[in-house]
Amino acid sequence: MIKNLVSRRNFLRGTALATAGLVLAVQLPGNTRRASAAVGEQSKFLPNAFVKIDDDGITLIMPHTEVGQGIYTSSAMLMAEELEVDLDQVRVEAAPPDLKKYMDPILFDQATGGSTSTQSDWVRLREAGASARIMLVGAAATRWGVSADECAVEKGVIHHGPSGRSLSYLEVAPEAATREVPKQAALKEPSQFKLIGTRAKRLDTPAKVNGSMVYGIDIRLPGMAYATLAIAPVKGGRIASMNEAAARAVKGVRDIVRTDDAVAVIGEHMWAAKLGVDALELSWESGPNASVSTHAIIDDMHEASLKPGVVVRDDNGATEAIRKAKTKLDAVYRSPFLSHSPLEPMNCTLHIEDDRAELWVGTQVPVRAQKAVAEATGLPAEKVTVNNQLMGGAFGRRLDIDTIEQAAKLLRNIRYPVKLVWTREQDLTHDFFRPYYYDRVSAGLDDAGRLVGRTHRVTGSSVMARWAPPAFKNGIDPDALDCAAETPYDETSVFADYVRHEPEGLTTAWWRGVGATHNLFVMESFVDEMAHATGQDPVDFRRKMLTRNPRALAVLGLAAEKAGWNTKLPKGRGRGVNLQFAFNTYLAHILEIEVVPGKQVKLLRSVLAVDCGIVINPDTVRAQMEGGVLFGLGTAMFNEVTFTGGAVDQSNFDNYRILRINEAPKVEVYQVKSLEKPGGVGEAGTAAAAGALANAIFSATGKRLRSLPLSQTAV
Amino acid sequence: MRKLTINGQVYDVDVPDDMPLLWVLRDVLGLTGTKYGCGIAQCGACTVHLGGVAVRSCQTTLDMIEDMPITTIEGVGDTPIGAKVQAAWLDKEVVQCGYCQSGQIMSATALLTDNPKPTDTDIDDAMAGNICRCGTYVRIREAIHSVNL
Repeated sequence: MIKNLVSRRNFLRGTALATAGLVLAVQLPGNTRRASAAVGEQSKFLPNAFVKIDDDGITLIMPHTEVGQGIYTSSAMLMAEELEVDLDQVRVEAAPPDLKKYMDPILFDQATGGSTSTQSDWVRLREAGASARIMLVGAAATRWGVSADECAVEKGVIHHGPSGRSLSYLEVAPEAATREVPKQAALKEPSQFKLIGTRAKRLDTPAKVNGSMVYGIDIRLPGMAYATLAIAPVKGGRIASMNEAAARAVKGVRDIVRTDDAVAVIGEHMWAAKLGVDALELSWESGPNASVSTHAIIDDMHEASLKPGVVVRDDNGATEAIRKAKTKLDAVYRSPFLSHSPLEPMNCTLHIEDDRAELWVGTQVPVRAQKAVAEATGLPAEKVTVNNQLMGGAFGRRLDIDTIEQAAKLLRNIRYPVKLVWTREQDLTHDFFRPYYYDRVSAGLDDAGRLVGRTHRVTGSSVMARWAPPAFKNGIDPDALDCAAETPYDETSVFADYVRHEPEGLTTAWWRGVGATHNLFVMESFVDEMAHATGQDPVDFRRKMLTRNPRALAVLGLAAEKAGWNTKLPKGRGRGVNLQFAFNTYLAHILEIEVVPGKQVKLLRSVLAVDCGIVINPDTVRAQMEGGVLFGLGTAMFNEVTFTGGAVDQSNFDNYRILRINEAPKVEVYQVKSLEKPGGVGEAGTAAAAGALANAIFSATGKRLRSLPLSQTAV
Repeated sequence: MRKLTINGQVYDVDVPDDMPLLWVLRDVLGLTGTKYGCGIAQCGACTVHLGGVAVRSCQTTLDMIEDMPITTIEGVGDTPIGAKVQAAWLDKEVVQCGYCQSGQIMSATALLTDNPKPTDTDIDDAMAGNICRCGTYVRIREAIHSVNL
């Protein structure tokens, strides 16, 4: 039995978030108000929060944001399936900030993260489409004086078979708007799907191959100026001195604005702004965090990890079982601070006026973004218009609004539109980082090599406690223990505890794959250690512990077969396996590597077998597995953020290395057909990377990698 | 005042000689398809063609350009090879967030112009300067191989 731990899927459900009461107010079909009465516009058909039919055509008002994961397309497929329209008939529009209408029911916020989007939209967007269809068909049937049962819809056109008449959705939308929203809208059986499960083309990609897509950083407004900034290198530091006159003397510089810890130069273009910042000759007071260093943080975490934490799971005397076991294992694993570094640097365009403000930004949290501008400017939230843009990557970075808050504070007295762009250096050094984790694990195995007891203590900061305080209950961050306390395996004796340790001088944040990324590196490496310590094959060892988990067993078997697990490898090569259940998706990953002369690791072939329940768009699932696993492998190979004298040591892609095409392995993705509810896919591949890499290195070299990144360890 | 020929069109710009082409394109001329990613020629998001050669526009100052013609992502589709590369990118559904893809397409077009049948090693050599944070490398390789010239 799991104590105190809510599963990841429910991690925020039932918590006392200030917004929790709004869950029942999420606008869904079933509301009996008339569809357009609230807006008083007869030309618009707005049967629910998500569907709009007007002169512009058929629009999905998209509750989630597009960061590259393909959700604009997948969610449009859900609505279009039930509305009976083709995907190319649908426009997608970013939802405005409106928690009542667009809250993610798993995250309890209008947020895109945690691989929840498809899980959240799976029912509500199909119901939105179905209920709109029923009203549109009803309107046509009424006009014709026939029964709706005699009507059928194809590609947004309603046909009355017996009389041969037809009407388009756009033609009947005004009449449909006067009808009652149906109380219930029956949904199709999977066997009736026309669109769901097909390899539909993405809606957002044509504009991304010809340069016409407008990301936040590409916004241009009449009268707009360009700005960039410098922020105190040490958190809590302040500007000590700057040469404002020198910056103003730079051609094209228009204004200089500052707060205690940051200064922005506004100019005719980014180049003038950059030269202006350089001309400031800034010096800084470091403040209270001047002595923060990674070494000191790790030492503190080591100390903290020696003391008991808050018990998350304590079943059947794990410690005692290990004491009596024939084979005993103990290990410490360490995972570094990481930067998000999406390729589109942080940016924010603001036009602040006396009585209103307008914001153009790519954000995963539009309501928080609106509030940040309102608080910094003193304007009421409803006077802040948010124009949410597609994002050039996010990986969790855009779940925080510190940059928007900083922009609004800097620009609060400027009355013309300004686009503020972080340089790569300012972006990386002022990121909110993936926490450093220090894990202590132990296990016992019996004479037959069976796991009889396991303990796992996670020491690290709690992102949940900062980002969603009400979800941090009884001292437990459920995300920090995700995939550590519960595993897919037949385990009965498990002890897991959590030591919350918040390092000074930095802020930690969600990062792609969240708790699963960190814990699976530890857990799946340690399972490998258990197999090797008892002379068992790592795949067979896992198989034996999956007697009650057929879906996990199936993906493991499929990956092993496709990867040729039992075939012999040449000297210097190795294969590693990682098995997981995370984001409600089962995933097995087998990675083949070669350790080449010169002791470099070359990634050769990544084989992924995935069961994510019903698949909306199989090509998107494949793309997320491919991209996700490369994101995780590159990170495990190269990345760590370190601090010296309170400041971040890394600054750009020359010293924070991103995997390149010549370093990428082949990736093969195999999908298991399933009728289970959809799971998340955006982060699963990333979470599956590091464990497989560590296990492959052991297979090739006999060396166990327990500290990331690999580049810090000789192999 | 300096004349720049971009995508076949002549522009007059009045900016400093040491200003990188990237910011002239984006902030002065409004050609925002060319992206800023790092500013130090590490990521390739700002790749354009200068006299047919792929260059990093963040490191290409105006005084280096002389009268060489410039092609950006907004114009590369008007060339036969650029159009085929863009079509291959859509056919293979390469793109995720898309932010790096202007640069990827410019580098791939330059590669295929010089070498219509690149091997995997040729692709590695030509494309290793372009980072994709979403990890679309598997499909970039597929798409380049799929272009029939």
